[in-house]
Amino acid sequence: MSSPDRSGELLTIAERVVAMAKPGEQVEAYVSRGLSTDVRVYEGEVEHFVSAQSEGIGIRVIRDGRTGTSYCGTLDPGQIAEVLAEARDNLSYGEPDEWAGLASPDGVAVTPQNLWDDSLESTSTARKIELAKELERLARSGDSRVRVDDSNYSDAFGEAAVATTTGVRVAGRENGCYLSVGTLADDGDETQTGFGFAVGRNTDELDLDKAARDAVDRATRLLGATKPASRRITVVLDPYVTAQFLGIIGGTLNGESVVKGRSLFAQRLGETVASPLFTLVDDPTNPLAYTATDIDGEGLAARRNVLIDNGVLKTFVQSSYSARRMGVGTTGNGVRGGYAGSPSAGCLALQIAPGQRKQDEIIAGIDDGVLIQQVQGLHSGVNPVSGDFSTGAAGLMITKGSVGAPVREFTIASTLQRMLLDIAEVGADLEWLPMRATGVSLVIHDVTLSGS
Amino acid sequence: MELDDEAFAQALPRVLSAALTTGADFAEIFASDWRGTGVGLDDGKIEQLSTGRNRGAGIRVIAGETTGFAHTADLTEDGLLAAARVAAEAARQGGGGTRVVALDERARRVVSPIEIDPSSIGKTAKVDLLRRVDDAARSAGGSITQVSAGYSDGRTHIVIANSDGVFVRDERVRTLLRVSAVANGDTGMQTGFDSLGHTMGFELFDKVSVEEVARTAAHRAITKLKARPAPSGSMPVVIKAGSGGVLFHEACGHGLEADLVSKGASVYKGKVGELVASPLVTLVDDGTMTHEWGAIAFDDEGHPSQYNVLIENGVLTDYMWDYLRARKEGRPQSGNGRRQSYKDLPMVRMTNTYVLNGEEEPADIIKDTKSGVYVAHLGGGSVNTATGDFVFGMTEAYLIENGEITEPLREGNLIGNGPQVLRDIDRLGNDFAMGNPGTCGKDGQGVPVGDGQPTLRVKSLTIGGTAA
Repeated sequence: MSSPDRSGELLTIAERVVAMAKPGEQVEAYVSRGLSTDVRVYEGEVEHFVSAQSEGIGIRVIRDGRTGTSYCGTLDPGQIAEVLAEARDNLSYGEPDEWAGLASPDGVAVTPQNLWDDSLESTSTARKIELAKELERLARSGDSRVRVDDSNYSDAFGEAAVATTTGVRVAGRENGCYLSVGTLADDGDETQTGFGFAVGRNTDELDLDKAARDAVDRATRLLGATKPASRRITVVLDPYVTAQFLGIIGGTLNGESVVKGRSLFAQRLGETVASPLFTLVDDPTNPLAYTATDIDGEGLAARRNVLIDNGVLKTFVQSSYSARRMGVGTTGNGVRGGYAGSPSAGCLALQIAPGQRKQDEIIAGIDDGVLIQQVQGLHSGVNPVSGDFSTGAAGLMITKGSVGAPVREFTIASTLQRMLLDIAEVGADLEWLPMRATGVSLVIHDVTLSGS
Repeated sequence: MELDDEAFAQALPRVLSAALTTGADFAEIFASDWRGTGVGLDDGKIEQLSTGRNRGAGIRVIAGETTGFAHTADLTEDGLLAAARVAAEAARQGGGGTRVVALDERARRVVSPIEIDPSSIGKTAKVDLLRRVDDAARSAGGSITQVSAGYSDGRTHIVIANSDGVFVRDERVRTLLRVSAVANGDTGMQTGFDSLGHTMGFELFDKVSVEEVARTAAHRAITKLKARPAPSGSMPVVIKAGSGGVLFHEACGHGLEADLVSKGASVYKGKVGELVASPLVTLVDDGTMTHEWGAIAFDDEGHPSQYNVLIENGVLTDYMWDYLRARKEGRPQSGNGRRQSYKDLPMVRMTNTYVLNGEEEPADIIKDTKSGVYVAHLGGGSVNTATGDFVFGMTEAYLIENGEITEPLREGNLIGNGPQVLRDIDRLGNDFAMGNPGTCGKDGQGVPVGDGQPTLRVKSLTIGGTAA
């Protein structure tokens, strides 16, 4: 069974709004519609089954440099007229900004992506429930100390369209499914937690065994962990941890932060900001990336951008606004958080160019270090403007080339600037994760560890 | 259809009956209509004014241990019936049968009286607030190079009805202001943040000076320019009144939520009646605290909000409960069933969580601390409820040397273990204050919460700073 692509209907709605633009106005309409399922299983029974439908429209009107926006969570024609009228009224309260404006098509060709899988649509409810139950069974049977907190199946089907008076006309659809499991491991008085997940365009792509194995490993490996002694030390970041750091580093390489005086890398284009081993690209055109996409949030072609090349800062990611203001071309990095938000510049799919050696080969060469397997409170502990960071962490000590005792309840701290320069090696173990950044093992020298 | 239409109220019993046709033992409709305004200022300019509306209804059907849930933006009777059928199908047990539902409306209840509905205020007045914030922050010091600020208000009309006959209509108004400032100096850039939010209308700005909020944010940024790296290691930490309530919210509040307790994912499971904290500590969750950010008249299951004592003089007295968990245990709900929107299932959530006053003068607590850290503002944090391990960012902190507050410190994290910290509180002040408005995240849903505490000392916490 397959259903026809109906995102054209949304484009028609968007175009109808754009056609109502008055002379001197720029108008953008973003229309979306979605359907999702969430199943949670606990102890072999369905705990909840959620069927969610949503739709909405967001309208931006720009006139004489002033911007007004309005949105609503329905596609009811009467409401849409009200949203347009509100956006028009709202713009009169904005202050003129000479760079305000909508994106115009810039001639960059779209790299087609296959973001829709018909087979997901015909997956039965029974099969979805069975997947969550199977994952719970696998995680529970992985280790006698492990309990399962919850096991979940979710899928989402989304369609969206953008039209503007500047000539943008795009529509598309996307679907995918996701399994996750949360675990608890008990040993005497102590309890530790873990999680595992699997993602796919259809249910056959879901790797249940890996999800269960990860959830069991994460929960059990920290049992008996102690607090390490404070010192300066070499750390190896697990791919999942590296990806979390990349999310924060990506935020500093953003044209909007630069023009507003909030980026610690402003004025540093062309300079060495990282170890020569470090090359960072943002590439949503790579189909392996979880956040692969053909168009950005403003309706322009998504593209591959090299941000840091062998340690040298090359490019900031740009939305059409930040690009205009910096006097450069857009990089196709408009990011939009649904119909209620306006697009802003952001990374879409970050990836570090991988190195040569696997994680165990890297560890074999480290005399005294820590393998950081999880970080806690990273966002609250990083100041992306000053670059200072400190994060709670847990992992395994590395002694004379091999991993040993588990450690937790300590922090690692440095500054983002120093951390990038102190990168000693990038692993070969690229891991595609359900986030805007890809994981890979990363070795960093001279990090402050605070424990006992 | 509008939520206050009589036709909408009349449709509710029919929709609930339809939701029960697959043999479920409970059905509920949560409908809401939110309208809000947001204004952003950045880089000296009012960037844009945005208005929005989201309305719809979520229908929950419970059959034994299984919950079915569906939501719709279509508030006509047909739209509601369609969602009811989807939810009922997901929670089928046996089936057949017709149950008639009779609703009995609960008396309207006002916890936070609203004087000036923000939607009655012109947009110009909202824009002007941000201009005043920008001016005040920039004139706080020459080193301030950037200011961003946001104003938002929202008014939500809520209707809740369930098959037990509960019928509640409520109106919620929240008003919020946020300010973030960047200061630039020889040592690089630093940021400062402050916010103000209440379940109050636009009269909030007659009572509180927005300039004061702006100056606080600016001073936090300026102070950090001359700050030294935070130390690392374990030491006594004094937390200023109103700046550490979030620690109690994260480090023990979550562990007292009955849903986590019942799955064995809380360190506090099986500990009711036991001494779990220093006898100085009495911890309360209070949805009735007038005008506070987490205040509600009814929770999102239609249960009136309550003042719940969680820990009394160090002894664990009770957990927090929603409908589902209370039903399972055969006990009353506590007014803690909350959800982010009509699109979400309710869960056990906190409201305003705080530590009651002690008896000491805060100055004495500092004077008696030989060396340590004084935390004047905490940023966000997170906790692992199964272990109690937590992490918080310190966004304003100072060294304590020989009983005096001395040099400012740059950012660092506070890390520790919730149950341990509760036991390690050895001094408690008499200067209770509420903290900044917060959004508590759990299972992907955010709800507004408040927190507070008097000045207190934890005899040992780990500071994760960058100093060698």
